[in-house]
Amino acid sequence: MIDVQGLTVRYGGVTSLDDMSLTFQEGTCGLIGPNGAGKTTFFNVLSGFVRPVAGTVSAFGVDLLSMAHFRRARWGVRRTFQTEQAIEELSVFDNVAMVHEHSKLGAATRRRDVLAAIEFTGLAAQLETPDARVGTLTAGQRRLVEVARAVVGKPRLVLLDEPAAGLPDEETSHLADVIRGIPEHTGALTILVDHDMSLVSACCATTAVLDFGKLIASGPTAAVLRNDDVIRAYLGVA
Amino acid sequence: MRDTITRAAPSRVRQKPSRPQLTRAAIITVLLLFTLFALPQILSLYYVDTMTQVAVYSMVTLALGVLVGRVGLVSLGQVAVLAIGAWVAARLLFATTQPYPLILLEAGLITMAAGVLIGLPALRLRGLYLALITLMFAGAITVVLATVNFPNGGHGFTGYNGSLVHIPPIRRPAAAGTDPAYFRYSVIVAILMFLLVFAHIKTRPGRAWAAIRQSEPAALAAGINTWFYKLWAFALASFITGVAGGVLAGAVHYLYSIDFPTQDSITLLAVTLMGGVYSMWGAVVAAFLYQFLPALLNNWGVSADWLIILFGLGVLQVLTTAPAGLVDQVPKDLARLGRLLRRPRKTK
Repeated sequence: MIDVQGLTVRYGGVTSLDDMSLTFQEGTCGLIGPNGAGKTTFFNVLSGFVRPVAGTVSAFGVDLLSMAHFRRARWGVRRTFQTEQAIEELSVFDNVAMVHEHSKLGAATRRRDVLAAIEFTGLAAQLETPDARVGTLTAGQRRLVEVARAVVGKPRLVLLDEPAAGLPDEETSHLADVIRGIPEHTGALTILVDHDMSLVSACCATTAVLDFGKLIASGPTAAVLRNDDVIRAYLGVA
Repeated sequence: MRDTITRAAPSRVRQKPSRPQLTRAAIITVLLLFTLFALPQILSLYYVDTMTQVAVYSMVTLALGVLVGRVGLVSLGQVAVLAIGAWVAARLLFATTQPYPLILLEAGLITMAAGVLIGLPALRLRGLYLALITLMFAGAITVVLATVNFPNGGHGFTGYNGSLVHIPPIRRPAAAGTDPAYFRYSVIVAILMFLLVFAHIKTRPGRAWAAIRQSEPAALAAGINTWFYKLWAFALASFITGVAGGVLAGAVHYLYSIDFPTQDSITLLAVTLMGGVYSMWGAVVAAFLYQFLPALLNNWGVSADWLIILFGLGVLQVLTTAPAGLVDQVPKDLARLGRLLRRPRKTK
């Protein structure tokens, strides 16, 4: 469970998150809102890239903000990026393994975990070998490498920042299956940011909505998507 | 599921070397044996000395390649780091009777400590600002060296005595007193440094550096302590350059501060980029460009100053058409030429 209280982030004179308080319980949760609403900023706070001016973030009873950014990843805060960030010159295996290298597990266990993560995302079936260089993969496969990197080992919190951006329908559908499987595969709380409402609906039991850095709605996804404030601020009228 | 995992299993498990790998290893072995045993016999002493310099500077360009090519840190202070290594080695060689390999190790470690001290504040910067700071550092070292001078057998901390008439030469290892023997010695030290870098690239630091170079946020999100690994790169590059300085001290016998001008750091970066920063072979090509080409031109009676223009054009060409350098471009161009020549001509 993640408990966020009074989170405020400012970039100069611009307030990106404004006294935001919300709780993510378990499973896969959606976080939606118009561009500039503060979704990625929220992920950046959780990852440690942005320091808030006020507020607390408690993840599974741990004060997340007191942890150095790279230690958060080792502790179990994993993420993907809006602009895909798989390391091109490394192999699929090495891309996924680099997150897991810092664990105290034995080499054989780590290797098995890495291969299991690659298998879980469906990449193993698509590639001849996990030693394939990421630079040779398609955009969809590279997105899956990022997801595999986020789920390897025992993550506690998986943050997916627009993982389906730019993907064709077929690959988005496969990605939806993968995302739905993350809580069961890893036991991690997953937060999905995306503008594709069908993906959010398909994957997330609950959803929170941000607008101008403020939380305007949260609850079961179906109810949130019917909420008048959400329709006015983000979804619009069809 | 079991099938795919089994199919995916080869990763990171020791496998039998493939045929191309064996061929490559055989070519490298033959090349090294030729360099160590045949080359000193074939070449005149002038070119043996030049090749010793190539071996020394291949270590310097290798270290610069680690910073620029592996981690993405642009340093313009490598000549100053080389000078520190040479100074420390010269001081220890005059002051002690320690074996030469130990002196090289100490020169490397002390230079590494200096490099880390410089790296600590510099690592907060990137790109142009890091380049600027390292260039200023190189300038500062040049000024200090002009005042302190290189050791010449005198006493005290600096080991310099300006009134000495007969300056003793910096000693070489007992087993490598002659120029051909010292050339072999330099090549062996260079091989060890290349192996050290190879071991880094193929293991955790290499993967961390690759991640940092491509995307620092992605590296952090992967749990990589980017600050630590960048400092590690600085430390490794400084160690190797320090060792190179130690080898240089024995090669030239006498060291002067004018031999380490600040602007040489810029030329070093230029040739390193031209050779290719993503391949260790690029370091060797860069060292040839930096040391062998001027010696060749001098031997032909042509001023080596013309090379500055050539290097300028070379960097322009590399940055615009071949970011991986000559070491990547030349084989590709040769292959393209071969295909062109083999293509059957159309007959009317």
